[in-house]
This record gives sequence, C-alpha cells and structure tokens, in this order.
Amino acid sequence: MGKNLLDKVWDLHTVRRLPSGEDQLFIGLHLVHEVTSPQAFAMLEARGIGVLHPKRTFATADHIIPTDSSSRPFADRLAEEMMRALEANAARYGIRFFGPGSGLQGIVHVIGPELGLSQPGLTIACGDSHTSTHGALGAIAFGIGTSQVRDVLATQTLSLARPKVRRIEVRGRLRAGVYAKDVILGIIASLGVNGGLGHAYEYGGQAVEAMSMEERLTICNMSIEGGARVGYINPDQTTFAYLQGRPFAPHDGQWEKAVRFWRGVASDPDATYDDRFVLEADRLQPMVAWGINPGQAAGVEEKLPLPGERPAAERETLEKAYAHTGFTPGAPVAGTRVDVAFIGSCTNGRLSDLREAARVARGRKVAGRVRALVVPGSQRVADAAQAEGLDQVFREAGFQWRLPGCSMCLGMNPDVLVGEEVCASSSNRNFIGRQGSPRGRTLLMSPAMVAAAAIAGQVTDVREVLS
Amino acid sequence: MSSSVIRQLKGRAVPVRGNDIDTDRIIPARFMKTVSFDSLGQHVFHDVRRDPQGKPTGHPFDDPRHAGAVILLANRNFGCGSSREHAPQALAAWGIRAVVAESFAEIFAGNCTAIGIPAVEVEAADAEALLRLAETRPETDLDLDLEALRLQAGGKSYPVRMPEARRKVFLIGSWDTMGLLLEGRSEIAAVAARLPYLAEFPYPRG
Repeated sequence: MGKNLLDKVWDLHTVRRLPSGEDQLFIGLHLVHEVTSPQAFAMLEARGIGVLHPKRTFATADHIIPTDSSSRPFADRLAEEMMRALEANAARYGIRFFGPGSGLQGIVHVIGPELGLSQPGLTIACGDSHTSTHGALGAIAFGIGTSQVRDVLATQTLSLARPKVRRIEVRGRLRAGVYAKDVILGIIASLGVNGGLGHAYEYGGQAVEAMSMEERLTICNMSIEGGARVGYINPDQTTFAYLQGRPFAPHDGQWEKAVRFWRGVASDPDATYDDRFVLEADRLQPMVAWGINPGQAAGVEEKLPLPGERPAAERETLEKAYAHTGFTPGAPVAGTRVDVAFIGSCTNGRLSDLREAARVARGRKVAGRVRALVVPGSQRVADAAQAEGLDQVFREAGFQWRLPGCSMCLGMNPDVLVGEEVCASSSNRNFIGRQGSPRGRTLLMSPAMVAAAAIAGQVTDVREVLS
Repeated sequence: MSSSVIRQLKGRAVPVRGNDIDTDRIIPARFMKTVSFDSLGQHVFHDVRRDPQGKPTGHPFDDPRHAGAVILLANRNFGCGSSREHAPQALAAWGIRAVVAESFAEIFAGNCTAIGIPAVEVEAADAEALLRLAETRPETDLDLDLEALRLQAGGKSYPVRMPEARRKVFLIGSWDTMGLLLEGRSEIAAVAARLPYLAEFPYPRG
C-alpha cells in the first residue's frame, strides 16, 4: 500500500511521540513577520532561551508596511514600533531579515517560494494562516499561533496531531478567463468553509498538473479558507523547473541529490487517502465571493442565493451576509457596483497575476469613481513587472502602482476601505471588517476579474472583456 | 503563564450566537498593531459591540448579567480565519477560561490550548440548550469536567468532545509546550542529522 506525501513528510520529521499522543514535529523552515513574532521573542527572552536554528529562520515585514512611501519612521507610531522590534530581534538572534532596503522584501508567502526557500519535502511553519501557500511546492506548510512561533524559535519543533488527507481531484481543463482563484473558490463553495477541519488537502488531477507554480500557490493559499490548515500539491517537473536557479535553491553540485529527494516525497501512485472529492474544471466560470466568508461564492453568470432555497445549516450565515452587504437575494452577481479595486496579496500578488490583470487593463480606463490599487507581492515581483512595463500599463489605465506589502488584504496598514465601500479584491478573505472598515464589503475574485470590475465600475464577466 | 493541570472549570457563561465567527470579528486586525498582548482585552469583539456611531449594541460581552463569565458559548466553526493568537488572548484578557461550541477552526483551538483555554465541542442541540440557558438564566454556573468529558448545567449533564491528545494536554498539565519540547533536545538533533535538506543540500548563502 502506497503512502501519500503528508505521511512521508510527517514520518521523516517526527522527533518523538509526546505523552499527550501528539507528535513532536521538526520544522524545516520557519518564516517570521512583524505581527505574530514580537510576543514570541519576548517569551524567549523572559525564559532566557535562544533560537535553535537561526539559519532555517527568515524574516520579512509585510502586514503593517505602508505601500505609498518607504520613508522611515513610518507615520504610524505603532507600525514603526513593530518594525523596530522585528529588526532588533532578527539582529539579536542572527536571523536573516528581508527588510525594505534588501530588494527582497515582500509578503512572506510570496518571498518564500520566489527565493527558493520553500522546497518539496520540507515542513514549513509561519505565524500566519496562509502558510498553506507553500504546500504548492510539495511541502507540508501550516499557520501557527504566537506561542507556537515561540516553540519553533526555541526548539525548531511543534507539538501537533497528524491530520487526515483528502485528495481533491480537479478534472478536465479550465476555460479561458477562468483561473486558479476560481478553482479554489469553487472548491470552498462546494466543501464549505469548515469542510476541511482536521484534514490536509492534496490537490491533483489534470487541471492542477497543468498549472504553473504561481497558479498552484494561489490554490494552496486558500486551503485554510476551506478549514484545511494544510494544502499541498505533489512536486513534479513544474516544481523543479520553478526552483532551479533561485537564490536559496540547491546549487549545481547538490541539485541532482535534491531532485532525487523531492521526487521521493511525492505521493505514491497507489497512495491511500481518508477521503476524495472531484471537481470538474471545465464547468467552472469566474467566481465572486460576495458574502461574509469565502464559501459564499457564486459564478459571475449566476444570481445571489435565496436563503429559503439553501440548506438550513447555511441560512443563518447567509442572512447575516445579506444584513451586512445590503445586497438583494436573487440579484445577478454581475452588475454589482464596485467602489474600490485591489490587485495584490499573498493569494494573487505574483507576476502572472499582474500580467493577467494588465491584459485586461491595457488600453482601457478605470471607471471614474473607482479607487484602484495594484500592489505587487514583493520587491522582486515589482522589479520584474516594471521590467515588462506592467506598471505603465496600470498607471495609464488609472490604477495606482504601489510598493509591496499586504496592503488592502487586511486593515493593518494605511490601505483600508472607508465606510460602506464595496471592494473588488484579489485577496483571500471577505470577513466583516477585514479590509479595515467595519461596514466595508469585499468581493473576492481573480485579478483579471478585479481589473474588469475596476474598468466597468461594477462586477463584469472578464471573458466578455477579453473576447 | 506556566503550565498547570486543568481538570475542571466552573463558572457562568456568556452566549455568543452564530456560525463561522471569525478571528477578524473576535479581534479586528487594526488592534493587532502592538508588540504585546496587553491591550487586547478592551478591543475583543470591538466592531460588533458598537454601532457605526460608537453606541453600544447590547452585545453579550457588554451585558452586565454576563459580567464575570468564564465560559464562552458559541455555534459552528468558531474562530475561523487567521492564525492570530491575539484572538484567544483577547478573550482571555476579558476573562474567558474555556470555550464551548459546536465546532472550532483548528488553528484557533490549538491557540486556545497553547494558553491553557480548553476548547470543547457539544452537539448542536446541546449548544442551543446551553445558549438558551445562559440567555435566560445567566446566573447559572456551568461545570466543565475534562476528565469525565461532561458539562453540568441547570440540573442537566451534557457530553462534550475534544481530541484525545488535546484533552490529555490539560489533564497532565503540558499545554505550555515549550518545556516539554525542549526535553527532546537529543532526538531533535538526531532528526536534524538525518534530514537530507540539512545534511546534504543546506541553503546556500543566498
């Protein structure tokens, strides 16, 4: 009987069985950022303990970074204090810090893969729930809380229970104008925002195998929005080609050895799973998560659901969603008015995302009253996009071209919604208040769909714009 | 906080109805701009406790009948969303010592455990009965017994569930994991020595 990737990687990293029955699991890569680490470093200091593996620990700043100016000190005193704490902690414990001056700064889940830090067969932890992103490379990657950040800093291990594994097979081919974002929104809409509790999601099938690494990162990124703490894709030629030549990927003499190890961790052809789910890719249309959680999503050709026609278990949250959004049950999704457009985030702030959005924006103009932002996921993404002239395409269309950071994905920096604004957003969460205004409304969609919404001033089927 | 054995917990409850109550609701991100956890208690459930004009909405956390409650009652998928430990820390700062719900998001339940707050599950019908009890007779004490996996309240006994490993962590007092993990030092070194990405192809200087 074959083993799946999760079991192989878990077994390889198990230090010992703890008295509770959980496993002590070795962590191969620890990524640290400014929001969830200062308290962890303070706990270490209070107990007089150091960082066990500083060379497997890397830091960046993303959540609180202003995207309109890089000047220091930051206008926000609290943000400045967090930044200084991270700089001081990284220096003190010998942790490599990719600060704004490094040319390598960016959103933690963008820089890990693009620098070649995230690799197949690793266990990866970070004090951020979207750490599942790194599973796209065939790693077991998950978000942790601050006490666990402390544990990893001190011991390079965590106390964890092994999850079950659900194989999610995405069959067929995506139609033009339908993206990885639509696939993961479709999966979450089908399985629910808590459908993945206790599970890791293994994504596979023809559509996933055909995806680029950046598309795969988008899929794995939102695993947690479906309740699965871990999401991964088996490493293959696409993975190896993506990693080759990246700064922290194995160099020439070690490359073959690494690839051999990476191939070995992929799920065996006869691997067993606790559960399976199949999604037909060719039936998917561009999705819009219109409600107050990412599972409340509908196709752009569809109408908003009528609470009375949905299962009883969904009704309460649906009614809350309508109470918050003010949208009308049964109204078509397309045509929903948009005030703000945000392209960026750890879900969709990579070069291919910006290229797809730029295809839509090129030669067109953002609707007069729409405030539209493009925020590259990292300085490397920004550099590459600028080298292709994408910044010019966006600027000419009336988008603001910003500095890398989490920006409008969450209200921890100056990029926030105001009042009841409706935002077409390529980010990952539409929770109430997520984008900084308690009354703001978030419509999650692919970057191309956001660009189309920015131009039309309302939700629009990007396929009509592109055709 | 150092680890201690937690077998039982008794006190009044505060009902917070609704499914999928996410961590942004529990503690909005803008209040996480801090290098400590000290200020979080005052902001717990901030945006649902006040209307846009800043007037109190009558949220259970502001209801004097629930002042001093130590057990939070909720419905399905409580604590979904981000990995912020700030969420259970904010609840703890308000006074919460245990959470009882139909189900929990996994990272949230783990974060609760890490700071000594048991997160236990009850059947949907029992959650409804307990919510109603707390709403109608807020003075009632709930008695949570992790050893017996029972919750006694209002003359009734309700079964509760939690992953066995998580339950043991409270019963043996090892929820503060760092000390325990440090004890595995030699085994940690042994695993590090056998991992090919440490031994054979470590990160180049980059």
